[in-house]
This record gives sequence, C-alpha cells and structure tokens, in this order.
Amino acid sequence: MAEIIKVGMAELKVSRHPSILTTLGLGSCIGIALYDRIKKNIGMAHIMLPSSSIATASSNRAKFADTGIHDLIEEMRRCGSDIRDIVAKIAGGAQMFAFATQNESMKIGQRNAEATRAVLAGFRIPIIAEDTGGNYGRTIELSSEDGSLKVKTIGFGIKYL
Amino acid sequence: MADNISGLNNFHLDVLKEIGNIGAGNAATALAKLLDKRIEMRVPQIRIMRFSEVSDVLGGAETPVIGILLQLQGDISGSMMFILDYPSSRMLVNILMGKPMETELEYDEMTCSVLTEIGNILAGSYLSALSNLTNLKIIPDVPALAIDMAGAILSVPAIEFGKTSDTVLYIENVFTDGCDSVIGDLFLVPDELSYGKLLEALGVV
Repeated sequence: MAEIIKVGMAELKVSRHPSILTTLGLGSCIGIALYDRIKKNIGMAHIMLPSSSIATASSNRAKFADTGIHDLIEEMRRCGSDIRDIVAKIAGGAQMFAFATQNESMKIGQRNAEATRAVLAGFRIPIIAEDTGGNYGRTIELSSEDGSLKVKTIGFGIKYL
Repeated sequence: MADNISGLNNFHLDVLKEIGNIGAGNAATALAKLLDKRIEMRVPQIRIMRFSEVSDVLGGAETPVIGILLQLQGDISGSMMFILDYPSSRMLVNILMGKPMETELEYDEMTCSVLTEIGNILAGSYLSALSNLTNLKIIPDVPALAIDMAGAILSVPAIEFGKTSDTVLYIENVFTDGCDSVIGDLFLVPDELSYGKLLEALGVV
C-alpha cells in the first residue's frame, strides 16, 4: 500500500511514487492535483482564496490560487519534474450555503475555480479533468500510480477523474 | 492592541469566553423552553487554529453534519454557526413536530425549515444577550442550511478569515441534554476587526 499523505486547508505537498495525496472536506476551496506523467511525482494544494492581491498581511502563500500553484510547481521541479510533463485535475469550488441575499463573498467557490484555471493556463499546464461547482463538499485522493483522482461526496457518490 | 489574533492575551481570551458563556446561556434557555427539556452547556472554548486544523474540529473533516449559518452585520461582522449531527437533528425535529422519538427523519423542505428555525432562535437569543452586554448593534442575516462534510461547512467562515489572517478564532459552545450527550455546537466567529470591537465595548482594551 502506498503511503497516504494528508494535505490540510491552506497547505501544499509534493511526493514521489508510490504515494497518495488526499485532502478532506473541500467546500468552496479548490484542491489542485498535479501529476508528472513521466516520473510519477504528485503534488496537491488546498487553496482558499483566488488571489494574493486581496491579502493585507499574507505569510501563508499556500492559501491563494496564484501563489499556491506557483509554489506547488516549484516543489514539483525540485522533485525533478519537468513542467512539460505535468497535467492537472481540479475539484471543489462549491457554494456550500445558498443565501437569499447573494453577496460577492458567497460566490468565492466560483471565483476560486476561475482563478485556478487562469493560473494553470498561465503555466501552460493542461487541466485534463475537473469536478467543480455545485453545493456539496468533496474529498479527493490522488494516486501516483496512474494520476487518477478519486472524488468522494456525501449523497453524490464516488467518481474517478 | 488586540486587533489581530496574536495580540490577544489570556485576559482577552477569558473575556471572549465569558461572551460565549452569556450568549450561549441565553441560547440554552431559549432551546430548553422550545423543547421543554433540560439543556446544559459545557464551558465555552476559544479555539485559535491554523487553517489546516479547522476541518478536524468536529472529530473529522468527513463527518456528515447539519450546519446552519448566519452572517452577522451591524457594529460587528462575522458569522454564527450551529452544527448538529444526524441523531440530534432527528431528536430536535421529532420533539418539535410532536412525533415519536424513533421516527426516521427525511431531510425534506419541512425538516430543513424546522432546523433552520432552531438555528435562528439560538443565534437570535445568543446575539441579543451579546448586544445588551456590549451595546453593540448586531443583526443576523437570514440563516442558510447545509448538510455535508464538517470540513466543508467549517471552511466557510474560515475563508473570510483567510483574507486578512493565517489563523481563525472560533468561540465554541457545546449544548448537551441532562445526560451529557451532545445536542450541538454553536460557534461565534467574529471577523478579525470585530473581536477588537467586542473587547473595546466591554472596556477591556
């Protein structure tokens, strides 16, 4: 059995084959799963917010889509990955609560997903699968064996991306 | 000055705990009246956590829970959340609907509306006590309900904190019945500027 490594909210981790990276209970946050198809290195980030520009005093870069993805790619490179071999899968970005008054901060999930796509596009990393939006939480598990991403939900079953 | 979490000392934390005590005391009374049942509460806890710890607060990020969230407006901002598990929600709804205790609960519109209203009453009584104590105007928004993984639900107020801080502060109260079995957790999550205001209104900073 490969080792299962947990990635908490506002954290990012990279590991070598054989391993499994997981993040539990994604709501509006986005889980970004990177897979090196050649070396089988895997990386995962659990970002909370779209952009580091809105922060006043940010010390944790892993909580933002822009700085988080940047640092995750750097970690993959340090592990020996070539950016051209990396593909991405993303999940999360739900709106957990539906409010009568729709203010901007409630659409954070959607904005997280948009920012994540834009940042990955900036690095020319293709998103080969995604499961975003909706109003439910997700747990994800990325396997270094084949880069498959297992997405678990309550009430919407399990699927593999 | 206690305008960020690291600036809080033990005295400030005790005051915030006392806020939890007074607010939740009032809420417990309201709940007891509503259910005509003995309700007790545990000593409130101030939880200051890194984001990576948030999802484990309720015993596991994937634990299915019912969460009722109210956004706060007025002199302070932030949110209030009431979280309960399936057995508790079944007990509460069956009591309120006058059904036998063992009746299976379907999470239809009616059930969700009852649970939302319970959250509303708890938050309302908590906040009115807090408002009286501090002379601050605190208005809860219309509550919203979600049934999902604890981690996903608890992350909602945490994200608000993420904009300005790397830690999050929850004032947690646990309600129990006479036999010490947990009914639910009530969280007050004032945003970073608001707990400074709360402390100021109580004359401690």
